[in-house]
Amino acid sequence: MKILVPTPLRQYAGKQAAVDVPAGTVGEALNALTSAYPDLRKHLYNDQGELRAFVNVYLNDEDVRYLQKEQTAVKDGDTLSIVPSIAGGGD
Amino acid sequence: MAGIAEKVASLNNDEILRYSRHLIMPEVGMEGQLKLKQARVLCIGAGGLGSPLALYLTAAGVGTLGIVDFDVVDFTNLQRQIIHGTGDVGRKKLDSASDTLRGINPNVEIRKFDTRLSSANALALFREFDIIVDGTDNFPTRYLVNDACVLTGKPNVYGSIFRFEGQASVFATKQGPCYRCLYPEPPPPGLVPSCAEGGVLGILPGLVGVIQATETIKLILGSGEPLIGRLLLVDALSMRFRELKLRKNPHCPVCGTHPTVTELIDYNQFCGIRGEEAPAPTAMTDITVEELKKRLDRRDDLFVLDVREPHEYQICNLGGHLIPLNDLPKRVNELDSSREIVVHCKTGGRSAKAADFLRQSGFTKVHNLTGGINAWAERIDPKVPKY
Repeated sequence: MKILVPTPLRQYAGKQAAVDVPAGTVGEALNALTSAYPDLRKHLYNDQGELRAFVNVYLNDEDVRYLQKEQTAVKDGDTLSIVPSIAGGGD
Repeated sequence: MAGIAEKVASLNNDEILRYSRHLIMPEVGMEGQLKLKQARVLCIGAGGLGSPLALYLTAAGVGTLGIVDFDVVDFTNLQRQIIHGTGDVGRKKLDSASDTLRGINPNVEIRKFDTRLSSANALALFREFDIIVDGTDNFPTRYLVNDACVLTGKPNVYGSIFRFEGQASVFATKQGPCYRCLYPEPPPPGLVPSCAEGGVLGILPGLVGVIQATETIKLILGSGEPLIGRLLLVDALSMRFRELKLRKNPHCPVCGTHPTVTELIDYNQFCGIRGEEAPAPTAMTDITVEELKKRLDRRDDLFVLDVREPHEYQICNLGGHLIPLNDLPKRVNELDSSREIVVHCKTGGRSAKAADFLRQSGFTKVHNLTGGINAWAERIDPKVPKY
């Protein structure tokens, strides 16, 4: 499946905008991503290993918090989007 | 917008001519144009997002446009803040913006609020308007705007940008989610760079600000499908627009069924910022640009480490050894811990992090250059460009 990496996190993902990973669930997909790019881990997870509150993960257009969270099943052709909060307003 | 249509208003012949292209469309028409004329919109910030949205709302004939801003126009604003011109540098953004807006449409009442939006003034201010448009540039004000909108029952037309990506939505309507439903908590300070640190493509606030203006006008007209319960993602580089579903969180601390936030709080504290003390106190290990100049002139053995990005090094440099902050952990072996190291970046933020990292890695003679290369440009060598 495809994971879309947002601009602020691309610097930790080899400057890529999208990464393809093999996965059966959302958790596996994120795990594959952070295994390939360990620097991403601390930006996505807190010290307790939970997804950070300011990082939202969407499977296609649905927030995984309203699906089965990291246990949500995924299939080929799905897109996972990481959507962190940004605050810029152009000063 | 309940109640607005009850007030008596009309358009004079000049206004009818001015708004002709609205009036001949059934979706706006005379009724819609009168709704616009009676609407009161408050724009938070007259910067990147505030520029295009204030221009279009004024041109469209919104009756009252309030603007909250306390900043002054500088040269780095002009690449995207199209409400201000070169001759406005040094003026208050409020004055510059209101001059431009009056030139576009003198029928609009521009209300200037020369203040920093705060927990002390937000509720009273918001009550005087129908719709709030958030064009701010920091997390504490974003949460403040959201909570004050929920508490006063005013829609929050949201837009946010970073480099070439933007987000837009309409929050805090009765039926829809609020900003806290989307992001219950802010990121820790320093983790997400601002436009000043991360840069922004000049047209991006134009794209996103115009989306905000569009949503504001739709809310006033009560027509179309507003961006309620939807987060629009804009990627200007790939020119793709995507849409994500947003849900109202029943457990939301401010708009949920059992809210715990029932009055405005200290948003700096909420976002982990210690108010006015936020900039790190000058430590013994900091060095000023004057001190660095003196020591370089004296030919002291100093190793200058530049932790900016290569494209910034091309703009200007002090001849230092370039290792971008993010590469420092894997390239630390390029440094000699027996030498005295002066670390610098653009303004001192990234170099402070780099200096902390080096000290934790066992370097004992590390100085952070206060104010970075911009301070050097300002106070030591005017030939070095400030950016």
